Amino acid sequence: MTSESVAYERRSAAPVIAPVRPRKLAKVPFVELAEGRLQGVVSSGSDVSRVYVSSITAGEHGLSCNTNNNRPCGGLGGAHPCNHLRALVEAAVAQYGAGRVARYLKVEPPESETGIWSVLHPVAAQGRTPEVFSSFLRHLAYLEVPPTADPLPELQWFPAAGAVR
Amino acid sequence: MLADTLNARPSGLAEAFALVDGLDDALVHGLARLDDDRAAALDALVTAFSATPLADRVTDAIGKIVSGTVTDDHLAVLAGCRVALLGAAHDALLGGLDTALGRSREPFPAAGAPGEAGHLVAGSRSWLRELAIAGWHGVDHELAAAGSPAVRALLADPSRRRLAVLLDGFAAELRAAAPVATLPRVPVRRWADLWARALILSQDDLPAGPAAPVDGRFLILGADLHEHPTVFRCQVHGLLETAGQVRLVRTSVAAAKVDTISGASAWRMLSAFPVLLSGLAGHRCLDVSEMTLTAGGDLLWDETRASAGEPADPFASARVLLGGAVAASTAPLDRHPAAIAEPVLIEGYTATTEALDLGGVTVGLDVERLPAAGPITPESVAASTAVIGLLRFDGDRWVIQPLAVQTTVRKKPVVLHTGDWALGPTEAKAAKAEAAAGTAVDVLRERAGRLLRK
Ligand SMILES: [Zn+2]
Repeated sequence: MTSESVAYERRSAAPVIAPVRPRKLAKVPFVELAEGRLQGVVSSGSDVSRVYVSSITAGEHGLSCNTNNNRPCGGLGGAHPCNHLRALVEAAVAQYGAGRVARYLKVEPPESETGIWSVLHPVAAQGRTPEVFSSFLRHLAYLEVPPTADPLPELQWFPAAGAVR
Repeated sequence: MLADTLNARPSGLAEAFALVDGLDDALVHGLARLDDDRAAALDALVTAFSATPLADRVTDAIGKIVSGTVTDDHLAVLAGCRVALLGAAHDALLGGLDTALGRSREPFPAAGAPGEAGHLVAGSRSWLRELAIAGWHGVDHELAAAGSPAVRALLADPSRRRLAVLLDGFAAELRAAAPVATLPRVPVRRWADLWARALILSQDDLPAGPAAPVDGRFLILGADLHEHPTVFRCQVHGLLETAGQVRLVRTSVAAAKVDTISGASAWRMLSAFPVLLSGLAGHRCLDVSEMTLTAGGDLLWDETRASAGEPADPFASARVLLGGAVAASTAPLDRHPAAIAEPVLIEGYTATTEALDLGGVTVGLDVERLPAAGPITPESVAASTAVIGLLRFDGDRWVIQPLAVQTTVRKKPVVLHTGDWALGPTEAKAAKAEAAAGTAVDVLRERAGRLLRK
């Protein structure tokens, strides 16, 4: 609305973060673009108490995949991605769009949403499994924070995600 | 009368914003890299405040900042300058609106005793100082993430929720935008607002506002929804009928969430407030007893002190009672043009999907504040004949955010309210999408249960 008529720079409610797109969470409960990596957590197909922690570094496209107990994923062969990494990328594209994922990984956006692997040049890399897993636990911990009736005046700066954007 | 006010600008408003812009521009490149132009813009603040009680502190703080010394005290003075200027702008804008609407407003009582000091806010101040020194252009992944420990510590203390929620939303924007130096456009006013508000809330001796218990009938006017990646909040504007008086008040319920929970399914996070949500979805008034009302007009919602009352139509309440209702004044430190959200009933206009023509003035429709978690769309506003909405001021113009509309959908007259979907969407397509997205909440709760309590 006002973005055309009034400078973005001089608006208190200028939108900054594009809302994430809804996606199914059972297979990949957590994805983030953080600390220079596309990283997240992928459910194990066979064992409900096990998850895989997968990541791709921005720029170098270093691949890593380990269980949450830091055991290497048997499906990851050096620069050849395992199914967990493929699921991670698919979830990231569903959540953020291929353009934003590509920008974060420092590659040109692919021509189609599903074509992101074709623009990556993966190599094997060391994972940061404990850090990513902690980040997932912190993410889940938000669901345990009690609700509040505090008036929170600063939320006037944060309108709920709109039907029209 | 309303048209005249919405067209006019209070005298001095442009000058106040120009001073604020000068300060905000200094934060883009950082206080460690002030060139002559930006130093001159800060010096203009010294001149502007020279005849005020803040004169000595402003002169000292800006002198030190320009010569390269940036302490927490100096930054608190900068944030204080913004509060004074934007607070005055708020008062002038709202005063004009009150006159045009014939709305009376109780003055804010004398401030209460200072609240508690706390080590928790030191971490927040330290991150805000690093940001001010580096400037937005100096924010990289590392600096953007450096606020996280402070946020986690604040979130663990319920009395610090306000600052925690603000810092978390601000930090999420900086992380998403980092490295900011490569960003095509920087939200200069917005980030300075969030930075300055956070800095004010990080001071040790903030006064606590007065509050008192009330009994009465809460008549809902409409719901306003707020959200950032880790919070969803429903703020309900309404009329509180007490013995002998009708007051214009708000009440608010908020829940923590994660970014993958959004849209209509976010209402699920507020399931701890069934009485309020049923009142919204069922269009009922709510009886409250001994509930705390702050001097700023915020009813501190407490489910144990509320019960569902009779059916109540917000348009009927607004037509009969809104004109004579007494409004509250914003707490002194919270005054800011962006904090203005004044409920109004408007009829007899011509609408499009972008604006309402009131005859003599065109008020923009705040499309960005029509949430996906409610049924109102620009099209239903364009077809409407009456609206209950919030008048807001941003980017040098007034806009209206509809909370309820009397309109026509598929040739049938309907009334739509933002809170209609509080217990789940009432429209088939939205209900289907909500059911699919809602499983996300269940999946994450199940994971949290399994992993966090191992
Ligand atoms: Zn794997």
